[in-house]
Amino acid sequence: MTDLFKYTVHLADNALILGHRNSEWTGHGPILEQDIAISNIALDLIGQARNFYQYAAQMQEGDRSLSTDVVSEDTLAYLRDAHEFRNCLLVEQPNGDWGATILRQFFFSAYQFYLYGQLQHSKDEMLASIAAKALKEVTYHLRWSAEWVIRLGDGTEESHNRMQHALNDLWKFTGELTQPAAFETQLVKEGISVDLAIIQPLWQEKVTAVLSEATLAGTDAKLDKAWMQTGGKEGRHTEHLGYILAEMQFLQRAYPGSTW
Amino acid sequence: MSNDWPLWEVFIRSKQGLDHKHVGSLHAADAQMAIENARDVYTRRQEGVSIWVVESKYIHASNPDEAPAFYDPMNDKVYRHPTFYDLPDELKHM
Repeated sequence: MTDLFKYTVHLADNALILGHRNSEWTGHGPILEQDIAISNIALDLIGQARNFYQYAAQMQEGDRSLSTDVVSEDTLAYLRDAHEFRNCLLVEQPNGDWGATILRQFFFSAYQFYLYGQLQHSKDEMLASIAAKALKEVTYHLRWSAEWVIRLGDGTEESHNRMQHALNDLWKFTGELTQPAAFETQLVKEGISVDLAIIQPLWQEKVTAVLSEATLAGTDAKLDKAWMQTGGKEGRHTEHLGYILAEMQFLQRAYPGSTW
Repeated sequence: MSNDWPLWEVFIRSKQGLDHKHVGSLHAADAQMAIENARDVYTRRQEGVSIWVVESKYIHASNPDEAPAFYDPMNDKVYRHPTFYDLPDELKHM
């Protein structure tokens, strides 16, 4: 398994798991327009995941070490177990209330915005072109989610409390976004992956600005020194991923190869 | 929520179009949200490249009961239409 494969799968897994989480809102959104908005975002993310998985599957063609004969975007998405997924822990966290969902989206979209902004200049042409296309989608996701953070944070007493609660819960998962795994560090030297040290301060600045406008404790010293959870990129996940995969993969595992 | 949020009318101009057409309405708390909601709801299938939103309360419509007085008098004033000019054949796009 090459570093490039691990990196591509990591990018795909992030998008797939968050896309799946967002899709859990479909039909249950607080109001029609936001139900559609979050579903649109889920579709965008799953589209990004497909692009990355298709590229990763191409890399695996002819690899005799694999147990399955056919390697495709579908086998990567539906037949891997939790410890083989390389998504960050943030995206597998439960949706919670609307505030928690849009806060999770904001943290992640800010990361993706700066990540893809750099990745579109990657020496790997395929990653660069996927990133260039996805950047337009993510620019909107960032705008949409940031506005909701501000609206709810600087909103009523109840909305503010719920947002503060969500911030207290999710903050510990944000550090991992800009902490490189070994395969990322290796690929930076080849000009393929993004040097997360470049985007970390950009992410920090954006998040601080929005949280501050939302009157949430973003610049709080306690948050600055907070301990960060990690492990997702190496396949060490929270208990949530197992349940997500059980739901997401059930159909393909129970009826292999089934189609509409 | 929708009790407090005003209703907005949405107008979309398609890529080939010259005018914004009315496509529907939605609820939103403010103008920025209204535009984003319109983008999410009314441009999913490439319906357009430009969005106008107007709070419904600012749309004033004519009264259908007054239609006879408003519109029927035009029926017999055909001289108001510019149809009596002889255009040379060379003019193709008038």
